[in-house]
Amino acid sequence: MQTKRTVFGNRLLPYAFLLPQLAVTVIFFLWPATQAVIQSFQREDAFGLSTTWVGLANYADLLHEPTYLNSLKVTAIFAPAVTLLSVGLGLVFAVSLDRLVRGSRVYAALLVWPYAVAPAVAGIMWWFLFNPTIGLLPYLLAAVGYRWDHSLQPTDAMILVVIAASWKQVSYNFLFFMAGLQAIPKSMIEAAAIDGAGPVKRFFTIVFPLLSPTTFFLAVINLVYAMFDTFPVIHATTGGNPAQSTNILVYKVFVDGFIGLNLGSSAAQSVVLMAIVVTLTVIQFKWVERKVTY
Amino acid sequence: MLTRSLIAGLALTFLSSSSFAATEITWWHAMGGELGKKLDEIVAKYNASQDEYKVTAVYKGSYPETMTAAIAAFRAKQQPDIVQVFEVGTGTMMAAKGAIYPAYQLMKDTGAAFDPKAFLSAVVGYYTDADGNMLSMPFNSSTPILYYNKDVFKKAGLDPEQPPKTWEDVESYSQKIMSSGAAKCGFTTGWISWVQLENFSAWHNKPIGTLQNGIGGMDAELTVNGDLQVRHWTNLKKWQDEGLFQYGGPAGGNDAPPKFYSQECAIYMNSSASRAGVIANSKDFEVGFGMLPYYSDVQGAPQNSIIGGATLWVLKGHGEAEYKGVADFFSFLSSPEVQADWHQYSGYLPITEAAYKLGQEQGFYAKNPGSDVAIKQITLNPPTDNSKGLRFGNYVQIRDVIDEEFQNLLAGQKSPKDALDSVVTRGNKLIADFRAANG
Repeated sequence: MQTKRTVFGNRLLPYAFLLPQLAVTVIFFLWPATQAVIQSFQREDAFGLSTTWVGLANYADLLHEPTYLNSLKVTAIFAPAVTLLSVGLGLVFAVSLDRLVRGSRVYAALLVWPYAVAPAVAGIMWWFLFNPTIGLLPYLLAAVGYRWDHSLQPTDAMILVVIAASWKQVSYNFLFFMAGLQAIPKSMIEAAAIDGAGPVKRFFTIVFPLLSPTTFFLAVINLVYAMFDTFPVIHATTGGNPAQSTNILVYKVFVDGFIGLNLGSSAAQSVVLMAIVVTLTVIQFKWVERKVTY
Repeated sequence: MLTRSLIAGLALTFLSSSSFAATEITWWHAMGGELGKKLDEIVAKYNASQDEYKVTAVYKGSYPETMTAAIAAFRAKQQPDIVQVFEVGTGTMMAAKGAIYPAYQLMKDTGAAFDPKAFLSAVVGYYTDADGNMLSMPFNSSTPILYYNKDVFKKAGLDPEQPPKTWEDVESYSQKIMSSGAAKCGFTTGWISWVQLENFSAWHNKPIGTLQNGIGGMDAELTVNGDLQVRHWTNLKKWQDEGLFQYGGPAGGNDAPPKFYSQECAIYMNSSASRAGVIANSKDFEVGFGMLPYYSDVQGAPQNSIIGGATLWVLKGHGEAEYKGVADFFSFLSSPEVQADWHQYSGYLPITEAAYKLGQEQGFYAKNPGSDVAIKQITLNPPTDNSKGLRFGNYVQIRDVIDEEFQNLLAGQKSPKDALDSVVTRGNKLIADFRAANG
């Protein structure tokens, strides 16, 4: 194995190159994260006039807080649902497109479009489509006898946020699967076809196993996306309603900290959230990776 | 050479003008749209009226956003002189003694002309401390009233000049409206928390908390699970099931106004400050105005309704000259002319007696029927301990709790009693948290 090694004349030069990136990491990640950890051990009024150290009280309170436990439950449904739906659809689209002889470029361009839409705009759009009073979909659903009302029915609300959060992520996953599919040698698939394997058999025995590194990577990325980056989607659609049924962890951090001004609890929640995501990622890399054929 | 002297000349002009610069005063507010334009107009008028101070008004988004922005700015020592805070943020502001400059103190220190008695007691009561001192400057206060569609009333065979007076009326009128096919739904409402719980209680002279609804001190607790409140929420659930009532969503109830504008619902309860919007959106039908309904068998109802809206808080950490300017600006803002203009344009209450009188002299109420319903309703009776207002810490979150439990009720997941009991337990927990953080 060959290692690439660049030799710098000046010993300080490499550090100078690293500096901008390190500065960004320190200012925008390490410093606020440290602040959050410190604040999570404090109880403070909104204006920062009186601060008391309370040890682990903020964390202990979370365990007894029904709304927080509810938020954990909601996230445990929401994040895997978004991951499954967006990775699943991304794969379906990529595989169907891969079989297409003509026009695949046009379809590919169309499928990537949603990724360019800002999450807040996407949220508003789905909110309009599903609006119980003026929306198109409730109107169509009413025709088949389903009364859609995400402003009151927790299940409807959950379906709405899962769809809205997955929608644009499908494009992202689609792109990666497309690239993954192109890396699979055509000869292998042709050989299987000659041996009499049908399209379904070929997909499950050849294509899908060979795509597993991509699938694994996307599962991690999407899970992290669903837990952290879906804030604007929730904010623009349900706002965590009805009755906290779509109040995922990251949204609760915002509501308690920025609306409720309960900084200690909000900080404790964000530390827990950080720990959850780190743990999930480590587990995935440690265990799932072993079963992945690279 | 010529350009150089030109530049020098320009620089000199700027320098000289800046040496005469007026003292800058910043005001963060939450008035968007038409109201924001009107506010800018008022500020421009003030700036033109004198050259000692210059007020800069900055729109900071919704009420919670404005309040959060001001608090964050305070922590970073970048706070504005004046910030507009909605009524439920009062508890939080009041507890932050090191951050706020009480209005009465400011007016006294700067020697500005100021008579707290000139303000309507129903307005000021909400913002005074236990000793009767005014802590913030009232600016835009409103109260919920009832709007109804006269055309639909006519079609349903009801008297279009008679708004429903009682909840019994609301029920029977709604049934008539629906059975006659005049409209699809009887009534809807904005602000479940503010209209159908807080004002509902005050209007029936029932408490929502101990210690004069929290005005008496920080040890107060919620008591909104009384028999009457349970009865009302039971009815709302029943009426929703029957289709008489349609839910307009949490907080302000964004889905409620379209239901009224599109003539789907015939009756609509919301802030008096929605008046301009209602009139602008009801070109196809005639709107009537009425007071909030009450249950006719309840002793002491109707009492008086309570306010919502916002007041102006002064933040500490600025120089004496700036505070002098703030006081001067406050005197201007509460002058009868400015107040009457703002009130007549927006539908907010006239906050001083003088502004109300001026409106009467101008013949505004005679020309605009229904424009004085709000003030009549809020001054219907002298406020009692149950109808002065309310003040609890963390009330912004308690409002959310009320919405959530109401959603649980409508979705059939909780009984009315259970829902209101939850409001009390969850609310009291939030109040206790606030006490712990601010004690």
